[in-house]
Amino acid sequence: MSLIAITEVRKRFGTNEVLKGINLDVAAGEVIAIIGKSGSGKSTLLRCINGLETIDEGSIVVAGAQLAADEVHLRALRLKVGMIFQGFNLFPHLTAGRNVMLSPMVVKKVSAKEAEEEARVRLAQVGLDHKFDAYPDQLSGGQQQRVAIARALAMRPLALLCDEITSALDPELVNEVLQVVGKLAAEGMTLLMVTHEMRFAREVCDRVVFMHQGRVHEIGPPGDVFESPKTLELRQFFGMA
Amino acid sequence: MTTFTTWDIVRNLLLATQWTILLSLVAFVGGGVAALLALLARTSQNRAARRLAVFYIELFQGTPLLMQLFLFFFGLSLVGVNVPPWLAAALALILWTGAFLAEIWRGCVEAIPRGQWEASSSLAMSYFEQMRHVVLPQALRIAVPPTVGFSVQVVKATALTSIIGFVELSKASTMITNATFQPFVVYGFAALIYFALCWPLSKSSQLLERKLNVAHRNH
Amino acid sequence: MAVGLDFGALADYVPVFVKGVGVTVELTVVGGTLGISLGVTCAWVKTQGPKLLRPVVSLYVELIRNTPFLIQLFFIFFGLPSIGVSMGEMEAAILAMVINLGAYACEIIRAGIEATPRGQFEAGASLAMSRFQTFRHVVLRPALQRIWPALTSQLVIVMFGSAVCSQIAVEDITFAANFIQSRNFRAFEAYIVATLLYLALAILLRQGMRLLGTALFPRRRAAR
Ligand SMILES: Nc1ncnc2c1ncn2[C@@H]1O[C@H](COP(=O)(O)OP(=O)(O)OP(=O)(O)O)[C@@H](O)[C@H]1O
Ligand SMILES: [Mg+2]
Repeated sequence: MSLIAITEVRKRFGTNEVLKGINLDVAAGEVIAIIGKSGSGKSTLLRCINGLETIDEGSIVVAGAQLAADEVHLRALRLKVGMIFQGFNLFPHLTAGRNVMLSPMVVKKVSAKEAEEEARVRLAQVGLDHKFDAYPDQLSGGQQQRVAIARALAMRPLALLCDEITSALDPELVNEVLQVVGKLAAEGMTLLMVTHEMRFAREVCDRVVFMHQGRVHEIGPPGDVFESPKTLELRQFFGMA
Repeated sequence: MTTFTTWDIVRNLLLATQWTILLSLVAFVGGGVAALLALLARTSQNRAARRLAVFYIELFQGTPLLMQLFLFFFGLSLVGVNVPPWLAAALALILWTGAFLAEIWRGCVEAIPRGQWEASSSLAMSYFEQMRHVVLPQALRIAVPPTVGFSVQVVKATALTSIIGFVELSKASTMITNATFQPFVVYGFAALIYFALCWPLSKSSQLLERKLNVAHRNH
Repeated sequence: MAVGLDFGALADYVPVFVKGVGVTVELTVVGGTLGISLGVTCAWVKTQGPKLLRPVVSLYVELIRNTPFLIQLFFIFFGLPSIGVSMGEMEAAILAMVINLGAYACEIIRAGIEATPRGQFEAGASLAMSRFQTFRHVVLRPALQRIWPALTSQLVIVMFGSAVCSQIAVEDITFAANFIQSRNFRAFEAYIVATLLYLALAILLRQGMRLLGTALFPRRRAAR
């Protein structure tokens, strides 16, 4: 049984069809890298899985929670999948610890004490337990992104969606974030990540999805996809053709 | 004819200033409530509520306050209610203030980056929870300087209520002028009193704004 | 309850309203043009002009922005004659509007000038232009373009504010409504019509400013 089931998903912005019938099943514990040219629909796909966009056709089900436009369904879905953004999107008026505590307290009605314990554990997991009381503007980009990961983890999601989470970082900060993600993968977290870090994708992922013009153009284990791309478009993408 | 010393003039102007201050407070507080309601309607999911809010805001922003005062004053008497000037003045000013504050505050809510909405959405928060815990706390901070700044407009706007006969600082100035024949002195002092009321508000709005900008740069 | 509105009763007074519209337009156009010119001058002084003049301009701006237009108008029309400066009501009204708009426009335009990238001044200087020439030929237009929407809003506010000029017997739209309601006691109808006239003028004024803007700033985007 797959954890995430994406079936014949179509998404249009006006007349521009951005997703043209996506099918993708992700098993629990699987780590998937999504690659593809700019504009191929990678972000849109992830945003749909988190309910940040509505879909026009098809269905997305995550562990029994179906994507639908109403608040009840959205909430159920989002309790199962967390999302990490390129621009971190930490809440600037709250400390790192409070950022992590907020949603468990507000959405899950966890007590402040429990939420704080959880937050400390999660921040420790990303190596930032000593930054509990720091505000986002006192943290480096890499640290902010790690807090964002801790914040998503505190909701105990079954899967995490990562959209180019290292693209806004200075090169020397990329690794600290990738290490955290690698550790999560090793611990069995289900991950769907859009990334340009090809080496990381090759080392960590179970499968690589190549998107092209709104379709899953090629899919397979990293060995196959990177060593012997089958389609011209993928070879072009790698700069091999 | 009695003669008026300068002190007589100032004393009488200051007495009337109480009413300017009171009316300003009423308009500002009442307008704040009206603005909050309009803001919620303006950002709600309900299309009719949104339309109504837009209509209200555009109507009161898009016509002269003096006309609004006249319409309240004469309009209410038309439906058989005998309106004293203070009531028409308060009602018109409250609705006028509300329309402007609603737009100012909406700008502050919209200044919150989309990423904040998306991040809180992805954490499964509802619209109300997002507003309460993520958006409003940030919007309120940036709303303070322009809100204080607008209070200056409210104080100055109360001067128009003199035209429908509410006796506040401006009306008192005209009455005292008619008694003393010293328009230069009387209107000069009236201007100074308004200035004394408004300038501290303007200045603190500027200082708050600057403080906010400095805080922002440190991000 | 029958509230009997009767706009027919206003039919005889159409010419009064027409005249009122003419006067309000005159106040706005003349006051607006001169006021914005004054605003540009003051903004120049505050950003580039002689340092000695800057506190004077600041004082003027603060005084005007922190007192009601009504009091400014009354001070000019009723107060100034007692120190020997008298003028007609139309002159007083226009003067008051110019002084009022000048202060607000100064602050708006100053913000536009201050948003000019330093490189623009340096480029002007490197082309051997004087500071004033740089201001006049390089800085001013993009600065105005940046703040054109804010200036337009301020102009509309000033037009609405001009309604109080009726209080010194300037025969504008509001004066027309006052006059009519004193004759036929149809106050509500008269002010509704006046309000709609202001509403229409505001729309026209915004449109006019947009056209003027496209004429003054053809296509080019303001440098950031
Ligand atoms: N909110 C939107 N409204 C209209 N069009 C949009 C919107 N979001 C995305 N698009 C369009 O959808 C297409 C796919 O965008 P998407 O962001 O999913 O691409 P991407 O693969 O993530 O690209 P990148 O690598 O640049 O992030 C693009 O053509 C984009 O212009
Ligand atoms: Mg993208």
